[in-house]
Amino acid sequence: MKLWIAFWNILAKDFRTYYLKPPNISWGLIFPLAWTGMFFIKSGSGLDSISSILPGVIALSILFGTTSLLAVTVTFEKKNRSFERLLLAPIPLELLMLAKTGGAVLFGIANAFVPVIMGMFFMDMGNVIWWQLAVTVVLISISSTFLGLFVAVSVSEVFEAQTFSNFFHFPMVFLCGLFFPIAALPFFLRPLAYLLPLTYGADLLHGAINHTAQRPVVLNLLVLAGFCIVLFLCSMRNIKKKWIN
Amino acid sequence: MKTENDIAVNVQGLAKRFGEVQAVAGVDFKVKSGELFGFLGPNGAGKTTTINMLIGLARPDAGTINIGGIDCTNKPRSAQHLIGVVPDESNLYPELSGFDNLCFCAALYGMDKSTRQKRANELLSAFELTNAANRKFGGYSKGMKRKLTIAAGIIHKPQILFLDEPTTGIDVSSARQLRQIIGGLHGEGTTIFLTTHYIEEAERLCDRIAFIVSGKIVRTETVAGLLQPVLEKYVMQITCSGDLKKLSEKLSGEFSELKFIIRQPDIIRVEAHGPIRVGPLVRFLEYHEAEVSEARKIKPSLEDVFVKITGIEADAMRREKEKSGGKR
Repeated sequence: MKLWIAFWNILAKDFRTYYLKPPNISWGLIFPLAWTGMFFIKSGSGLDSISSILPGVIALSILFGTTSLLAVTVTFEKKNRSFERLLLAPIPLELLMLAKTGGAVLFGIANAFVPVIMGMFFMDMGNVIWWQLAVTVVLISISSTFLGLFVAVSVSEVFEAQTFSNFFHFPMVFLCGLFFPIAALPFFLRPLAYLLPLTYGADLLHGAINHTAQRPVVLNLLVLAGFCIVLFLCSMRNIKKKWIN
Repeated sequence: MKTENDIAVNVQGLAKRFGEVQAVAGVDFKVKSGELFGFLGPNGAGKTTTINMLIGLARPDAGTINIGGIDCTNKPRSAQHLIGVVPDESNLYPELSGFDNLCFCAALYGMDKSTRQKRANELLSAFELTNAANRKFGGYSKGMKRKLTIAAGIIHKPQILFLDEPTTGIDVSSARQLRQIIGGLHGEGTTIFLTTHYIEEAERLCDRIAFIVSGKIVRTETVAGLLQPVLEKYVMQITCSGDLKKLSEKLSGEFSELKFIIRQPDIIRVEAHGPIRVGPLVRFLEYHEAEVSEARKIKPSLEDVFVKITGIEADAMRREKEKSGGKR
């Protein structure tokens, strides 16, 4: 059995059916524009503020583009039973879920580069550490997608997927050091920040764009990769427990 | 080389509980290779739970499952390359066309592009769906949806096909066409596990039938074997007005060699081991001021066997299903 055929077709179908739909493409463009515009106006410090805003906007573009979309599409397919069709196919469950999440990961990566390309017009990108930026974008995309998978396995209705995703989204916006440092948080909230994967991703992005990372690059990369593995394994365990019960 | 005695599905002591409800309670059966095996029972009897365990969508609490020689008890998804599944509700993608749905399902089994396109076109033609091939599945009629779902279930030419209520909720002509398709697949040697609540459908299609009630199998037998005892009986149905309970008691007193059963408020069923004479019965009823509107002989069917074995009226089962699912 040629597993790659199944893998590729699941990925391609999801891309065609969900991620390349006009509403999602426009979301990918409008979202970073709106966030950048909002912070630009709020900071009042002119174009100089773009470089400090960019890491946060990249991280949020990925987070909102992956977690909710994956959680909603998987829950939708579970609800209309078409997901059952995939579970009946002779494909290892791990490979099936990687194919299913692959589309969201790629969509997250594409979303991330919208603000990066916009940034090129307004700031000097000569000092950006591109390899670090690229690796971080991929890891944030994977961890956010797996968070979406975790959400999808935990809920049964499409609206629950949306609201449960927000349960993770909004604390991350404020707690992960995207737009202001973790040190500026009240002391009792700081430990919570270190339990969120985006904290490490945001630090890596700040390091890659502004060279202002708080922690060593390797440590951030390892922790972020660890979050990806743990989230995927937890989701797989829950899938086996809840969907094949 | 397969022989008739090859076992395609072997289930022993299968059990499954959901909280307080024992959905399946120690089910045993074997399905031979190439056989069309019927699984009959009322709503909530445990049919779908059993099928879900067989196809790898549920884990049994106890018992063993062997599919095509593979022990699936602890690894529920290990025989999926051997099986095809047509669930009770269509589970294809509404936003894809009929053709794309079939090609996608074929890709899930690792078929290359030219093979899956050829196979999809073959099946669309066989199921008379060629004209709707490029229309979105979401816009298909119920009958067309069922046909495409069956086509998707057999796209990879499975050895064993699980059909869950294939004709529920579709019109008479589509149901007839589907039965022909199922018969054709059986003729080609596919092992078929069929659940249905249409007893006449099971009687027409199946080689063997298992009756399941409250999670337990109460009888497994060939259709001929099940029918044998009732075929030896003579049955008549009398439609009349009046107090049927009293009339039935009076009839029993007068005609002791006959058995009288009230099936519906205006129908008395008469059973005997020899030919039944209509005249005396009608005259007796009319003498007791009952107005007889019809008296006719009935050919005993599997429905009678079902009622006898399960104690459940087949009509009630059908109505219950149609209330919860589609109409037919």
